[in-house]
Amino acid sequence: MTTRIVELRKGILKKNDELAAGLRSRYGAAGVLVLNLVSSPGTGKTAFLERTLRDLRTKGIRVAALVGDLETDNDARRLAASGAPVRQINTHGICHLDAEMIDRHLAGWEGVELAGLDYLFIENVGNLVCPSSYDLGERIRVALLSVTEGEDKPLKYPTLFNSADAAVITKMDIAEPCGFDRDLAVHNINEIRPGIRIFETSSKTGAGMEEWLAYLGEQRRALENNDSAPPAELVL
Amino acid sequence: MHELSIVASIVDSVTESLESYPGARVEEVRLRVGALASVVVESLEFCWGIATDGTPLAGARLLVKTVPVVMHCAACDGDVELDGVQSFRCPRCNAPCSDLRQGRELEIEAIEIEEADQIEESTAVSKQNGVRR
Repeated sequence: MTTRIVELRKGILKKNDELAAGLRSRYGAAGVLVLNLVSSPGTGKTAFLERTLRDLRTKGIRVAALVGDLETDNDARRLAASGAPVRQINTHGICHLDAEMIDRHLAGWEGVELAGLDYLFIENVGNLVCPSSYDLGERIRVALLSVTEGEDKPLKYPTLFNSADAAVITKMDIAEPCGFDRDLAVHNINEIRPGIRIFETSSKTGAGMEEWLAYLGEQRRALENNDSAPPAELVL
Repeated sequence: MHELSIVASIVDSVTESLESYPGARVEEVRLRVGALASVVVESLEFCWGIATDGTPLAGARLLVKTVPVVMHCAACDGDVELDGVQSFRCPRCNAPCSDLRQGRELEIEAIEIEEADQIEESTAVSKQNGVRR
């Protein structure tokens, strides 16, 4: 009995990667900066995004958000209170968003045109493992970590933190009572993703939001100037 | 956690490739999985039988080759292999490295198939010998 070896060299997520590449060029052509927010459940992605949407809208900046969740539309309702267009994506048990879901929800989104936006935020399903495999065509992947989660989270989930372009530490207003070791957390993030931009924020007090918004502005200008994707600033 | 979706993608992808080999049976599927691919090999293996059942891949073996992380070290001006994924520093000079060159692979490297005419032949031989394949 003889068998034959067929070399395939095919990416398992090739379909997703191709769709994501298509989305990326659509975002680029429309001039919209797309960010994918990823964290564990309970980190405060929604609160952080609520604050971001509100602060940007106050400045007259055009924003919208797609929000992934297993079942409910609670987050979409919270975010919609900012006045920005928000669309819920229910994954019905699937632990991550994929490019097809984004494509489908952009298609039937009444009143929202990519070209009419400055920023589109995608709030991923709360999960620190699976979303790292699925490219959504975003220009910037943001990993969030709250002070209640432990400083070693980046070491426990290196695949996610290593693929991020920016890291946001949330709930800094309760850092002290939580005994949060800020230097250790920053050190650990840097061990996994050297040179990454780190923002220390509180959605409640607004601490750190100014730097975050300034970063968003920089990245938007880089997109307009057609610069390549943001490189990590490597400090040797 | 998403290994079942990964296996489902493998089934679709291999089934598509099999169109060029009508009647072929898959003996083995060989994967390359990067240390940063967010995929747990044990979970893949666990899902494998369930997800391939009733498909052209039923009964096929799964072979997973793990690919280590390789970074480009700017200080050494060379590519270096990391021992693990707990520290992205050059193992030679200890400088932090941010330029990933390998480690996120998630691909089907090859499949081992038994082609149609060969199946007929071996079935015929088995019948002659009274052996059930």
